Amino acid sequence: MSATLHPIEVEVNGKKRSSQVPARLSLVDWLRDELRLTGTHVGCEHGVCGACSVMLDGEAVRACLMYAVQAHGHRVTTVEGLTKPDGGMSPLQDAFCETHGLQCGYCTPGMLIAAQALLDANPRPTENEIREAIGGNLCRCTGYQQIVDAVRLAASLVK
Amino acid sequence: MSAYRYIGRGRRAKEHPRFVTGRGRYVADISLLGMKHIALVASPHASARIAAIRVDAALAAPGVHHVLTGEEFCAHTDSLQIGVDAPKVTRWALARGVVRYAGEWVAAVVADSRALAEDAAELVEVDYQPLPQVVDPEEALEGRILVHPEHGSNILYRRKFVWGPVEEAFAGADHRLSFRASWGRSATVPIETFGVVASWDAGTQILDIWASIQMPKYPDQTARALRLPGNAVRVHYDVDVGGSYGVKRGIKHTVLAAYLARRLGAPMRLIEDRLENMRGGDMQGPDRVFDMQAAFDRDGTIRGLRIRAVDDVGAYAGRSPLQLGKPVGAICGPYRIPAIEYEPVSVMTNKTPQEAVRGFGQSPTNFAIERTVDRVAQYLGMDRIELRRKNLIRKDEFPYLIPSGSTYDSGDFHTVLEKALAAARYPELLVLRDQMRKAGRLAGIGIATCLEPSGGNSAFEVLMNPKNETTTWMDSCLVRVDLSGSITGVINNSSSGQGHESLVSTVLGEVLERDPSTIRVVRADSLTALPSNSPVGSRMAIMLGGATAGAAKRIKQALLAIAAHNFECSPEDLEYRGGDISLKGVPSKKLSWEALVEIAHRKFHRLPGGLEPGLQASFVWEVPTGGGLPTADGRIQMYPCYAFEAHVVLVEIDPGTAKPSIRSYVCGHDCGVMINPDIVHGMTYGGIAHGIGAALYEKFAYTAEGQLASGTFMDYLIPSAMEVPDLTIVDHCTPSPLTEFGQKGSGEAGYLGAPAAIASAVNDALSPLQVSIEALPMSHHAIWSSMKERA
Amino acid sequence: MKSAAFEYTRAASIGEACELLARHGDGAKLLAGGQSLVPMMAMRLLRPAWLIDINEIAALKFVAAESDAVRVGACTRQAVVERDSALAERVPLLRQALAWVGHAQTRNRGTIGGSLAHADPSAELPLVAQVLGARLLLRSSKGKRTLDAASFFTGAMSTAIRVDECLEEIEWPVWRESRTGSAFTELCIRHGDFAVVAAAAQVALDDAGRCVRAAFGLAAVGQTPLAFPKLAAGLVGSFLTEDLMRAAANDAADACEPGGDLHASAEYRRHLAGVLAARALREAHEKAKAA
Repeated sequence: MSATLHPIEVEVNGKKRSSQVPARLSLVDWLRDELRLTGTHVGCEHGVCGACSVMLDGEAVRACLMYAVQAHGHRVTTVEGLTKPDGGMSPLQDAFCETHGLQCGYCTPGMLIAAQALLDANPRPTENEIREAIGGNLCRCTGYQQIVDAVRLAASLVK
Repeated sequence: MSAYRYIGRGRRAKEHPRFVTGRGRYVADISLLGMKHIALVASPHASARIAAIRVDAALAAPGVHHVLTGEEFCAHTDSLQIGVDAPKVTRWALARGVVRYAGEWVAAVVADSRALAEDAAELVEVDYQPLPQVVDPEEALEGRILVHPEHGSNILYRRKFVWGPVEEAFAGADHRLSFRASWGRSATVPIETFGVVASWDAGTQILDIWASIQMPKYPDQTARALRLPGNAVRVHYDVDVGGSYGVKRGIKHTVLAAYLARRLGAPMRLIEDRLENMRGGDMQGPDRVFDMQAAFDRDGTIRGLRIRAVDDVGAYAGRSPLQLGKPVGAICGPYRIPAIEYEPVSVMTNKTPQEAVRGFGQSPTNFAIERTVDRVAQYLGMDRIELRRKNLIRKDEFPYLIPSGSTYDSGDFHTVLEKALAAARYPELLVLRDQMRKAGRLAGIGIATCLEPSGGNSAFEVLMNPKNETTTWMDSCLVRVDLSGSITGVINNSSSGQGHESLVSTVLGEVLERDPSTIRVVRADSLTALPSNSPVGSRMAIMLGGATAGAAKRIKQALLAIAAHNFECSPEDLEYRGGDISLKGVPSKKLSWEALVEIAHRKFHRLPGGLEPGLQASFVWEVPTGGGLPTADGRIQMYPCYAFEAHVVLVEIDPGTAKPSIRSYVCGHDCGVMINPDIVHGMTYGGIAHGIGAALYEKFAYTAEGQLASGTFMDYLIPSAMEVPDLTIVDHCTPSPLTEFGQKGSGEAGYLGAPAAIASAVNDALSPLQVSIEALPMSHHAIWSSMKERA
Repeated sequence: MKSAAFEYTRAASIGEACELLARHGDGAKLLAGGQSLVPMMAMRLLRPAWLIDINEIAALKFVAAESDAVRVGACTRQAVVERDSALAERVPLLRQALAWVGHAQTRNRGTIGGSLAHADPSAELPLVAQVLGARLLLRSSKGKRTLDAASFFTGAMSTAIRVDECLEEIEWPVWRESRTGSAFTELCIRHGDFAVVAAAAQVALDDAGRCVRAAFGLAAVGQTPLAFPKLAAGLVGSFLTEDLMRAAANDAADACEPGGDLHASAEYRRHLAGVLAARALREAHEKAKAA
């Protein structure tokens, strides 16, 4: 069927990336397979597990429910883009390490995106607000306990 | 406070920095030059004969290289192994003439991309002739419709074990009760599906495998099915696995991908998509009906149990039937019950096959035992906690031999229970519950006291299949100290979030008195690895921890030998501190770690005779208490170490909508010495969350036609951070006498008791209505239906 | 689960979108938030030949307050509507309903119009539209027309939108009565899941506490979201006693035709309809009294 390639220009983690993509290529597949930003993960491909969460223009979205072609002209932030310019961990990433907010690491990038998006909009979230913000990110390892601890810790560190 | 320098203390995990920065290396992150992609064609029918498969249209589709069907594949590879003695129940990744469950793979398409493979898969034409199907396990037991006709029945395994004076117990007890409890089909469903990349190197004649794997004897079974010698298969263990909790056995996916890699001379990637995973990944869990009978006296003493457990394994089996055997090692739970009759029955139906799930059958069994205990209490009008206190094995009774032949190594069940009750503020919880009830709400407190057998002596293998005389359950570690004095530990398996790198570095640091953060932990591949049985059965803290300590001690001995030789004294005259060795009482006579390492590597003239040059040691050891064979009446020592958990839960049920909510959750946990407490706690929280899912939300639901109705995440409901409440763990430590540091396993903690505790709470909440639920999951609808019965 | 191949255009204007719809007919689907459409495409349950992306049409993204209504562009993100406090004051049911819609990620992409056009009988926004009598503006290359919600929703997952039409904006009625209260409640299995049953209610009281206006409805108990104008009219003039509200709720439950599925039987849904309708009315009443 369609072999048409669409030219796109997307700012990914602060860098302009240009590409030619088939329309049906999902945003998560483009990030992983073409840009080799394999930090964002695929868990269900139908918009439930949240492992594919990235920021689009600063807001958390599911990258499996967007096509790469739709990202043209927009800003995408992946987990790789959360680290500081000098390569050091962000306060949130560090907090996850401090509280053991992860085990297998598979849901972690999506969790970090959802949590960072929360803190960007609401620097002093309540526990319920934290749980709700990550309510669209499923984890099978942690029972969420130490993840909530991590977000709370990160919030307390930012003055 | 920990008695150790590193063990038992809080520390960041070695693994975490790469995960939080998006630098994990999962199987789908691996890209090989020329790699091709596989998509599957699955049967829509639960039972049918394959009359014809036409692949021309698919082969002609863009980017397609090959379409493989069972006709070729099953002729060139061997059937996959089954844990029980049922040689006629054969199994391949692709159907062979007949499909036995909806979702079974019928053909594999190889193309340049996954999308193109999926396009072509839609073009494969299969002519099916539907056959009668059997979906209900009771019906399957009758055997009118056979899933594998050559096997002669649908029963894969059945035996009645009688341990202790069961007849007398039932005849002589004051009371008896009986009821049925069911554990619905669910599984631990990791967020990462199973995936494998296989590559055949014609030059070296080696098959390289990268996979999201958690499976004992995986390289061996892969080689065998492919009719290759074992040393032709190299499984790379340095692949990060995105969660497994038992299920990632992917042997059928691996043989398929590997066969295609050799056949087509190109690397193959098979990553299940979620639809393939749910229906055709063969990773569903126990699906078990328990008929329970209890014999007990009026004072609450439980005299005996009769347990009949019928488990529906689906259309094929690997290790799954063995999940009826593992609970033999804790068949009376944490209680002093001298007479047990156990009749496990493994039956096949036209459903997706089961695979090992966290606990390997222990959680369903704990659930059934705890429901029985609650019912005995209810029958006698006795407090559920009092009844438990009376029947729990006491601290002074250890080591305790249970009727089925296992000895429980150590425990202090009463103290853990008291700690849990105290942390839950039990008296206030009761008041709160009663206040809620007065205000017209349904509220209940759940109690569960359960065992987590750990250590992985998988003696259920030989128990359930005498032809399989396997009694070796080993693990190993290799430790190297290089010329610069840096320490490296080598693990011989893949990990899926259990923090094994942290475990090994902590243990090495403890024994060698060197900072764990300077210790590197890497993984071997299956050609260079020491023997391992992989992280199953809650065994790695014990086995890998023990092997690491053993190897570290050998390094330490070598260092002491070097120093003794150089100081011309005996090792007893020496003091080892932080890796430096000095003569006792003469601190100036000292050899630093660096100096010792130099001698080992470079100064042969200063090396004691008989000591190998370099500084490295391996340690391979058998599971403690392992090596035995079962008696004629099926008694055997199963796992060596027994961890214990006591759950106290408050649940509220909305009387209008029947919605259950967990208001308070406390888990008392005793797994002996915790090497990395944060990691143990993490797995316990996760286990509880898994248990909440199994208790209230998750089910692989089948229609009467054998169709999976909950095959996506929209219908298979995994709890989110909004369903899992705040969890409190309170620790206790009763060390194991069998292990290096007193550690017991804890990989299944929380999961083994949570479903029982939540069932206890929901039933307590419903008790004023005089109704009960004894089937999991206790969905909203099931709770409402139960409430309606009263009206 | 890769989508089947399709042709794609990013429409720069409503006019262009309508032109493309006219050209491709039912071979085309509009792509807005994608939160409902793309999962179906990933599962290959839908395989349109053309996707017309309307996400970049600025003219479809707005919130405009008028005297009796608030007009919302069809491609306005649900999260934007949720955050809009002025809108929440004037049409409180919207924010209340959106609290139940999926998760943060869903609402950051999902659009108001998309949810209405998708017309899932269990969805929250269609219920609010039905209960409030929202008016939906449809645009085609031939012109435009406005439908009220009752005419817009024609069946499960089906609306009166013609094959060459694009939903352009939605007019949400504002109640001018000073003592207005509203409530949205739902039984869903997990937070953010589809509603097993949902209920919405809005009432207005006079100074004496008598009901002067009422509206309520239920989702997931019929082929479309259901409003009960006659039963609501029956509450007008009363003091909204517990008995009256419960009776209205029970009558509504009796009148609906719920289906059964994996998660709930028809009987359970009918039971929930009565319970939740009563709760919504009760809560709306409490809010109105406090207003």
